[in-house]
Amino acid sequence: MKDFEQPVLRVSHLNKQYGKGCASCRDAGGMVLNKNFCPVCATVYACRDITFEVYAGEILGVVGESGSGKSTLMQCLYFDQKVSGGEAYISSYKSGRENIFTESSQQKRYIRNRMMGKVYQNPVLGLKMDFSSIGNIAEKLIAAGNRNVREMEARGKELLEHVNIPVYRIKEAPRNFSGGMQQRVQIAKALSNNPPLLLLDEVTTGLDLSVQASVLDLIKQIQRRLKISVLIVSHDLGVIRMLADRTIVILDGRIVEQGLTDQILEDPQHGYTQQLVQSLLV
Amino acid sequence: MKIEYNFAFFDEGSKREIRRATLKAIAIPGYQVPFASREMPIARGWGTGGLQLTLSLVGKEDVIKVIDQGSDESVNAVNIKKLITATTGINVTEAMEEATIIQSRHRIPEVPLREGQILVLQVPLPEPLRYYEPSEYETKKLHGEKEYSGVWLMLFEQIMSYGNMSTGADHPVMVHDRYVMAPSPIPRFDNPRLNCSKALILFGAGREKKVYAVPPHTGVISLAFEDFPFQTESFRNKSCRLCGAKGVYLDEIEDQATGKTIYQCNDTSFCMSRLNGKI
Ligand SMILES: Nc1ncnc2c1ncn2[C@@H]1O[C@H](COP(=O)(O)OP(=O)(O)OP(=O)(O)O)[C@@H](O)[C@H]1O
Ligand SMILES: [Mg+2]
Ligand SMILES: [Zn+2]
Repeated sequence: MKDFEQPVLRVSHLNKQYGKGCASCRDAGGMVLNKNFCPVCATVYACRDITFEVYAGEILGVVGESGSGKSTLMQCLYFDQKVSGGEAYISSYKSGRENIFTESSQQKRYIRNRMMGKVYQNPVLGLKMDFSSIGNIAEKLIAAGNRNVREMEARGKELLEHVNIPVYRIKEAPRNFSGGMQQRVQIAKALSNNPPLLLLDEVTTGLDLSVQASVLDLIKQIQRRLKISVLIVSHDLGVIRMLADRTIVILDGRIVEQGLTDQILEDPQHGYTQQLVQSLLV
Repeated sequence: MKIEYNFAFFDEGSKREIRRATLKAIAIPGYQVPFASREMPIARGWGTGGLQLTLSLVGKEDVIKVIDQGSDESVNAVNIKKLITATTGINVTEAMEEATIIQSRHRIPEVPLREGQILVLQVPLPEPLRYYEPSEYETKKLHGEKEYSGVWLMLFEQIMSYGNMSTGADHPVMVHDRYVMAPSPIPRFDNPRLNCSKALILFGAGREKKVYAVPPHTGVISLAFEDFPFQTESFRNKSCRLCGAKGVYLDEIEDQATGKTIYQCNDTSFCMSRLNGKI
């Protein structure tokens, strides 16, 4: 059935490099690279020819080791970084016909504020640490054009309650919160405009195991209830196993394997994936 | 040793450069134009931004009025007047009718500005987005894209903390439906008086090296939410104990003897004129 459906997000041949590249790395098709790094000119090829789709209501996992380009991919999709090449289409934006990477920065803001929510690996990047938690939620609603305080306050309360921030703490700044609470505020913020697409970058990294479990549980619940599409990135295959319907494995900026999560876990094809799965079992 | 200054303290090249920035500011209402703020014999943060604008504009025919928080006689206003008269020899006045250039800190005088006048306001913090975004590079981009969520967020935060938009002074305004601007720390009472002003209004920030402008007859709207309209300080049923004026900006003073709050015009020369029967 899915083949007939338009994907919520379609990414094709996304490239992102840090640095200009040189003759030896540009032409050799990656032969001279040390992993994703050109030893001659020090260019980092963080994402290379990344192509994939996210369908309505699915959770797509992206797994890969540290430095493999996961955060860079998310940053490109959320316009935090400019891509070096490639295209992306969002079904809810201009019927999925316009490459969002080449839109004006005002249009990009529009897409970001209304069609996406993102949880950053580092909460400092996703939250205004010195503003109130409810203000952090309102920020995204304001950016999407809301000018009604009571409405935004009600929405913020509802969302913060939903992610288990006690009502009496919603006016506190995230700076005062634990790491797990900060991630939950980020989740609430990301959900505030009912975006069709949620981007989660290492939401649970650095949290205690029990806190990790509760955050993952929350994501699962939210996704089921809102039927929203989720792109979740983690270096931890355990997290991906728990959440993702389908999984992409990336290594040195390239997709090396993709498929149903169960399949990948049961029958990993690529050597790197086999290692990953192996490490999960021990 | 007596130092010989050029007319209006600065050399002609410096004044021209400031005027060039000012012209650009007038051409783009509400937009902050950088200028090479100069050293002055007055400490920065004491009105050097406004003073530089005034000195760059003043001609031999001009008559100047300087006020500080409504008072023509405060130390700060007097110092600025001294410097202007010492370097230009022009006349100073307290009467709005006579003034061609009015330099002010924290107030727009009560007597309505008229065509041909220039009001120069001193600005400590020109960037309305600064608290939200510390980087100048980023705030420039936000202005460029008319992305003012940060200003709205600060107003939202005030409502969350105090139950209303308690900005007191310096309540942000939208100029000509394009740039959000800090009106300088004038009370909210004065904000509506920026709208469609008959006079040119200039803003000078010395420390931050910025000049911006509201040209005559330009729309200036105070930002407000749908359910939290903009409100000025209200002095309903209050009047000045000296001149009896109503509908003006009043200072609240505690009467030492009775412990009661009494009210008095903030704009002292306005009050005096009324007492002398001049207005
Ligand atoms: N701003 C930058 N400038 C230069 N290189 C960068 C920049 N950001 C990331 N990189 C490089 O790009 C590569 C991919 O980094 P990225 O942060 O995307 O990895 P990741 O998969 O998210 O890693 P982790 O699991 O540690 O979060 C790394 O080699 C990194 O050093
Ligand atoms: Mg990362
Ligand atoms: Zn190279």
